[in-house]
Amino acid sequence: MRLSIEQPRIEVGPHPGQNARMAYVLHKIMVYALLILGSVLFILPFMWMLTTALKPSNEVFAFPPQFFPTTFLWQNFVLGWTVLPFTQYLINTLIITTAAVIGNMISCALPAYAFARLRARGRGIFLILMLATMMIPSEITLVPTFVLFSKAGLVNTFWPLILPAWFGYPFFIFMLRQFFMTIPKELDDAARIEGASHLRVLWSIILPLSRPALAALAIFSFVGNRNNLLAPLIYLRSSDKFTIVLGLNLFHGQYVTYYNQLMAVSILTLLPIIIIFFIAQKYFIRGVTLTGMNG
Amino acid sequence: MQLTTEKVALLSKPAPRRRSKLGRLERREERMFYLFILPWLIGFIFFGGGPIIASAVMSFTNWQLLAGPKWTGLGNYVQLFQDPLFYLTLKNTLYYGGGTVVIGVMTSFLQALLLNQRVHGQAFFRTVFYLPSVIAGIATAFLWLNIFHPDFGLINTVLGVFGIQGPGWVTSEYWVIPSLIIMSTWSGGSTMIIYLAGLQNIPAHLYEAASIDGAGWWSKFWNVTVPMMSPVIFFNVVTGFIGSLQAFTLILIMTNGAPANASLVYGLYIYRQAFQYFNIGYASALAWVLFVIIMVITLVQLYLAKHWVYYEGEIQRREIRYEA
Repeated sequence: MRLSIEQPRIEVGPHPGQNARMAYVLHKIMVYALLILGSVLFILPFMWMLTTALKPSNEVFAFPPQFFPTTFLWQNFVLGWTVLPFTQYLINTLIITTAAVIGNMISCALPAYAFARLRARGRGIFLILMLATMMIPSEITLVPTFVLFSKAGLVNTFWPLILPAWFGYPFFIFMLRQFFMTIPKELDDAARIEGASHLRVLWSIILPLSRPALAALAIFSFVGNRNNLLAPLIYLRSSDKFTIVLGLNLFHGQYVTYYNQLMAVSILTLLPIIIIFFIAQKYFIRGVTLTGMNG
Repeated sequence: MQLTTEKVALLSKPAPRRRSKLGRLERREERMFYLFILPWLIGFIFFGGGPIIASAVMSFTNWQLLAGPKWTGLGNYVQLFQDPLFYLTLKNTLYYGGGTVVIGVMTSFLQALLLNQRVHGQAFFRTVFYLPSVIAGIATAFLWLNIFHPDFGLINTVLGVFGIQGPGWVTSEYWVIPSLIIMSTWSGGSTMIIYLAGLQNIPAHLYEAASIDGAGWWSKFWNVTVPMMSPVIFFNVVTGFIGSLQAFTLILIMTNGAPANASLVYGLYIYRQAFQYFNIGYASALAWVLFVIIMVITLVQLYLAKHWVYYEGEIQRREIRYEA
């Protein structure tokens, strides 16, 4: 029960009187100064990345270092991208990521609906069991899962990176369940009385109303799978199967002196995520809030 | 209005009856429940609970991946407590985890307070502060390697402008962990968002009441904001600490434990044992010890929380009763 959803005001409001007015203005100035300082601290590394990417190799390691390159070498982006088969890595990454995101959406929506809506003996126990697995460090499951996949002969295929996504991910199930719980049950009761099946209720009522949560899930899943380093490192052996992340790592290991090109490729790999973030930032924030607090 | 929907659901539940005699509809609903959770259930067996049990069993074997398992009882655990690298990696991990949590919790709380102010360009500032956490990953690891470079890096360049000779950062035994803490603080935006959400849930009337009593901003902050936010702070401390104890992939890329094992964290050591030396059994034992350590630390935090975390729930429950 929320008592109020109004935004609290921490600052002292403008009171009549010269001193209070002064204090208010000073406060505002301080807030803006801190915000701008913070923004600079957060953006400066990106700018450094960009200017490094545009420098000629000799200027990257010049002493004393310069912030801006003397000549802007835009071809670093092309050179970096083609020195290793990054197009192939991109295709591999897209295959794995798309399959994993679709798998996550399907295999998490169904259990989430069950946990939110369907009454059954044992539901509480299964929910606790699911939450408990969220707390187990991934190091514990890493080794046995690797043994499982290697016994199945699936090492050096995409399957170890895709299959787990098709069998529910507790964090996402919990996130969706929390969201489904906020949808009034009267809506699906009405549909049930009309004779709709549970699958139909989920598809036509719950899911359309849960677009923000689904978007958050899709974005988290996309970013997570795309950024995943550990699983590709363990499972993918031959370089034609590498993902972008592994490609970057290989680049770093082999061409350590080409820092400018490494930065250029890094920027290229970050761009899609930055664009998605700007388009869908409210969904990001919604997702974090849901999983974090609305227990 | 979550509570009320739950209440309605409770009320609409049929009167309790004997368990063995479920109605036809209830039985069908139960079947549907198990059908719906089937994807997760299979996943739980193969990728969750199953591996957890398997890992426990493996930790009692001397399993070199190529040779096959051999039962050794507590052998791995005995070896572990005599392994100097076990203690070193544990120390490094606690240093990294503790530093990340203490600094991360404070800076992201400060950020959230700032971003909660009514200013022009609020959305812009929020996006800028949050962006680094979205793209945190291998590309940012390289970015920070570049920034931390002792001779050509951004930080030492800026320090050089002021005539300060900066340290070797990731190449220095003493500065490598602080460097990693700085990097993880930079990308700690999701903690900040959780604080921000928490701040919005503090009822405005508490601040109004404090104003009427003549409280200044510090008094309001200390007597209203901090107590009301303590559950959120607690949540972030617990999850942040657990997360940082496990973080190792970026460290693997950036330093791989160098220099002189100063950044060899626990997770990285498990990874090495399992996938470079193929000591599956020993790696499993290490993982289980980590799990026990995490559990103990979480329990200690839960115990300490009783003394400083304030839950609004009690009061809210009373107010709901008045409304009902």
